[in-house]
Amino acid sequence: MIIGLDVGGTHTDVVLISSGGLLNQIKVPTNSDDLYNSVLDGLNKILKNVDVNAIERIVLSTTLTTNAVVSNTLQPVGLIVSSGPGINPEHYRIGDHFFCVKGSIDHRGREVQPIEPLEIEAIASRMRSEGIKSVGVIGKFSVRNPSHENKIVKLLDGSFNYVLAGHRVSGNLNFPRRIATVYLYSAVYEIHKNFFDAVTQSLKSKGIKVPIHILKADGGTMSVETSVQFPGQTILSGPAASVMGAVPYAQSSGDSLVMDIGGTTTDMAILVNKVPLLEPLGIELGGYKTLIRALKTKSIPLGGDSAVSVDGNKNLAIGPQRTGPAMAFGGSEPTPTDALIFLEIMKSGDFNKAKEAMNKVSSKLGCSNMEAAQLVHIKFCEKLLAAANEMINEINKRPVYTVHEFLEGHQVKPSEILVLGGPAPYFAEQLEKMSGLPVRVVPNWNVANALGAALARATSEITLFVDTERGIASAPEEDFYKPVDKEFTLEDAKRLAFSILRNKVIREGSATDEIEMEILEEQQFNMVRGFYTTGKNIRVKVQVKPGLIKNYDNITSKFV
Amino acid sequence: MIKATRKTGLVFFPAFDWAISPTHPEREERLLYTRDQVFEEGLFDIEGIIEFKPDMVTRDDIRRVHFCVPDEWSVVTESHLVSGGGAKTIGSVVMEKKVEKGFALVRPPGHHAMRVVHGARGFCNINIEAIMIEYLRDAYGVERVAIVDTDCHHGDGTQDIYWHDPDTLFISLHQDGRTLYPGSGFTHELGGPTAFGTTINIPLPPRTSEEGFLYAVDNVILPLLEEFKPELIINSAGQDNHYTDPITDMQFSAQGYAKLTEKISPDIAVLEGGYSIEGALPYVNVGIILALAGIDYSSVKEPDYDRNMLKQSRESMEYIRKTCDQVMEYWEKAPSIKEKMLASGSIKERERTIYYDTDNILENQKEQIVLCKDCPGMYSIESWTDRGKRILAVHIPRKACSRCEDLGYKIYETSARKNLNLIFLQDRKNKQFFVNEPGK
Repeated sequence: MIIGLDVGGTHTDVVLISSGGLLNQIKVPTNSDDLYNSVLDGLNKILKNVDVNAIERIVLSTTLTTNAVVSNTLQPVGLIVSSGPGINPEHYRIGDHFFCVKGSIDHRGREVQPIEPLEIEAIASRMRSEGIKSVGVIGKFSVRNPSHENKIVKLLDGSFNYVLAGHRVSGNLNFPRRIATVYLYSAVYEIHKNFFDAVTQSLKSKGIKVPIHILKADGGTMSVETSVQFPGQTILSGPAASVMGAVPYAQSSGDSLVMDIGGTTTDMAILVNKVPLLEPLGIELGGYKTLIRALKTKSIPLGGDSAVSVDGNKNLAIGPQRTGPAMAFGGSEPTPTDALIFLEIMKSGDFNKAKEAMNKVSSKLGCSNMEAAQLVHIKFCEKLLAAANEMINEINKRPVYTVHEFLEGHQVKPSEILVLGGPAPYFAEQLEKMSGLPVRVVPNWNVANALGAALARATSEITLFVDTERGIASAPEEDFYKPVDKEFTLEDAKRLAFSILRNKVIREGSATDEIEMEILEEQQFNMVRGFYTTGKNIRVKVQVKPGLIKNYDNITSKFV
Repeated sequence: MIKATRKTGLVFFPAFDWAISPTHPEREERLLYTRDQVFEEGLFDIEGIIEFKPDMVTRDDIRRVHFCVPDEWSVVTESHLVSGGGAKTIGSVVMEKKVEKGFALVRPPGHHAMRVVHGARGFCNINIEAIMIEYLRDAYGVERVAIVDTDCHHGDGTQDIYWHDPDTLFISLHQDGRTLYPGSGFTHELGGPTAFGTTINIPLPPRTSEEGFLYAVDNVILPLLEEFKPELIINSAGQDNHYTDPITDMQFSAQGYAKLTEKISPDIAVLEGGYSIEGALPYVNVGIILALAGIDYSSVKEPDYDRNMLKQSRESMEYIRKTCDQVMEYWEKAPSIKEKMLASGSIKERERTIYYDTDNILENQKEQIVLCKDCPGMYSIESWTDRGKRILAVHIPRKACSRCEDLGYKIYETSARKNLNLIFLQDRKNKQFFVNEPGK
C-alpha cells in the first residue's frame, strides 16, 4: 500500500492506494500555523484500521518551505560570494550577512585569482559571533571549477549547522540565480529539518519503517534524507502534485494542457507525450529567481470562489481576489460557483443564495439573472483559455541556439485538455465548446493531487562538462571530478553522465528498476587555437524525467 | 536588484551547429564562451532586458538589398537566414517601441557583403544590417539612417550598398586598410556623386587603444551624427579591435567598447566580426549589453586587462588627430564638391575588381550612374566573374524621379544580350524585383 499526502492551502488531502485501486481518501483542514499537526491528523486518519506493515511507500508534499519563502519567515543566512570581473555582486545582496570575497574563476574553469584564506576565516568568526548557523558559499563559474567553493567550505568546517556550496544545487550557469538558490536552501534548512525529523519520528512510533519520500517542484520525489541536505527542492511542490495526478490520464502521444482549477487560483501545465514540461532554469517565488528545477506551471488568480464584480461601466470582472466561499455556501460576494449553481450545472449549495448572487450581478449589468450567470460562466472559461494561450505562446517563443532546433523545434499545440480540482467538472463542457478541444475530467479530480504525489517516481538531473584541452570531466552537482585524455568522446561523456546520474538517483530514493534516463542536452565543440584543434568542449545534461512509478497503471486503471 | 534604465531587447543566435569550415574563425565555437558568460552573469534575468527569438529572412528581404547570382538560395545557408532574421527582429521590436535599444548577437556576420553577391567575402554572404534597414524602411517608413561600423575591418560591403544613398550615413572606424583586409576604407572614400559625403571612413593606425578610439568617437562620429540627425543609429558592432584578437592588430578593450557604445548610443547594435572567442568576446559582449541597457559596466574587465599595458604611442595619437581633422574637413567640403559633380548632369562610370576571399572568386564590375539633380540617380552594374558568370543589375532608388525610374525599366527591358546570364531590376521605388534570363 502507498500513502500520498498533499498539503494544500485550505485542505490536506491523503490517499491510500494499492494494486486494488484507491482504498481510501481523506480531507482534513490545513492549519497553516501548525502544518505538523495537519499532516499528522491526515496520516492518523488514513492509517486507522490499516496494518502498518503493509505500507510500502509514503510520499509527502507540503507547503512548509513555500509558505516560509512567501511569508518571509526565513532563518538568517550568511553568504560568502566570490565573483571576479563582471556585474558587481553587491547587486545580488540578500540579507545582512552577505560578504563579497577575493577569488575568481573564468568561463573555462581556470583560476584567475586565488581565494584568501585569512579573509574567509575573519568572515567565519564574524558570522559565528553574529549567531549565524546556516551558510551559503557561491562562486561565479563554480560549476566549471568548484575548487574555490570547496576550499571555502572546508575553512568553515564544523562551525555551522549547514554549509552549502553553490555548485551542488545545479549544473546550470547563472550566478545571480545560484546565489538566490543557495540562499533559499540555507534559509529553509532548519524549518524543513525540524519538521521532517518530527514527522519521521512520529511515523516510526507508529511502527512505519519504510523510507519516506518528499515531492519536489519538478514532479519527482527524493528521500527525506536528501531533502534535508537539499531542502530548497521542496519549494513549490504543490502545483507539481496536481500535474502528476493528471499524468496517468493524459494521451500517450501529443500535447495535453492540464488545468487545476481551485477555489482561489488555477494552475496550468503542459504535458508532451505524458511528460510534463520543465522550467528552463528554475522557479521564481517571492521575488527570488532560482535554479530550483521545476515543472513549467502558470498560476492565475482565478478560481471557483473568485469574487465577481461589475464596475460603473458595466464591465464584469472575475477575481483576482477571493473574499470567501460562494454565496451559495455562506459567502458574501457572488462567485463563479454561484453562477454554476444558478445554471444548475452544479447541484449543491443553496440555490436561493446563488440566485441572490446572480441578482447582484444582473442588476448592475441590466440583464436577466440567466444572462448574468451565463456571462460569468463564459467569461471564466475565456480567461482560463486566454491564460493557457499566453503560456503556450511563451513556451513556443523560447529562443533556440542551433539552426537545427530553429528549423525542427517542437511547437506546443495541445490536442486535449485535462481538468482537475474542485469546480473542474462543471467547467469542462463550456471549455470544450470554447476551445474546440476534447476536455476530460481527471478521475478522482478532488484528490488527484495526493494521488500524483503517491505515484510520482524519483527524478534527478546532472550536467557533465568535459574540456579535453584542460583534461577534465566534471559533474558539479555530484562533486564529481575526473581527469580525461584527448581521446574522450561525446559517447564516453554520455555513458559517464548516465552512470553518475544513476548512482545519484538511487541514492536519492529511486527504485533500481524504474530509472528511465534521457539526454536533455548534448553539445560538442572542437576547440581550435591557431589553426589546430586542441581539444573538445563537451556538455551533456541528463535527467530522470518526471513520471510515475512502475506498474502505476495497474492502480490507476481501477479508479475510473 | 539591477534594473535596465533603458529597456533593451536581445536576439541571441550563436548557431552552435554552423561553420564555414571546421577550423575557420567563423565556426561553431565562436560564441560558446560568450553564451557561457552571458548566462553566468544572468543578463537575461535582469528586469528590462528581454530576449527575442529571431525570425527568418525571406527572399523578398534579400531582394531589397542584393543582386544574388545565380539566385538567393544559392548564396546563403539557413544560418544566414536566421542571422539576418535576428537583425530584422531586433529592428522591429525597436521600431514598435517594445524596447528602447536592441542588440542582435548573431552569426554569421554580413558587413563585407556588397550589392552584388556571387559568393562569400570576408566570412559574409548577405549584409544583415542592410537587410534590416531596408526592411525597416519599407515596414515602418524610416528615412534617415546612420550606420556606425566599429568592426576592425573596413565595412566595405555596407559602404558599397549605401555608396549612392544620401539618406544613409555610413561611418566606418577600422584598422588602416594598408595593414588589414579588405584593404579599403581610406578617408577619401566619401560616396558616389549623388551621395557624396555620406560615406565616411576613419582609418586608424595599428595598435590604437581606448584613447584613440574614443577620440575619433568624440571628435568625428558624434559631431557627424549630431549634424546628420538620423532617425535611427545602427552600430555594426564588430569586436575585433580587441587587444587579444588573433587576426587584427589593435588594442581596444571591453571597457573601451562599453564606453564607445554608451557614447554613440545606437538604437540597434548588430554583431559583426570578433574572433578572440575566449579573451574578448565574453567580456566585450557583456560590456556592450550593459552599456546599451544603461547598467553600470565599470567592473566588466578581461581577467588580464591592464590599462597601462595598452597605452598607445604619442605619435599614434598625433596621427589619429590628423586623420580626424582631415575627415572633418572632407565632411565640410563634401556638399559643395557634390554640387559641382552633379552640374554636368551626365552619366558617371566606374570600373573595379572585387575579390571574394572566402569563396575565391574574382569579380569585375562596370557601374553607370545617372548624375540626376532630382534624385539619387538610377544606376546599373554589369558584373562578370572568373567563373564565367555575367550579369546586368539595374537599381532604381527609393526616391527615384520618374525619368530615372523610366530609364531603369528601359535598360532592363532592352539589354537582353546573349552574353548575359541574368538581368536584374531592383525597383526600390515601387518595391518590385524582376529577373530575366536572356538565354532561356
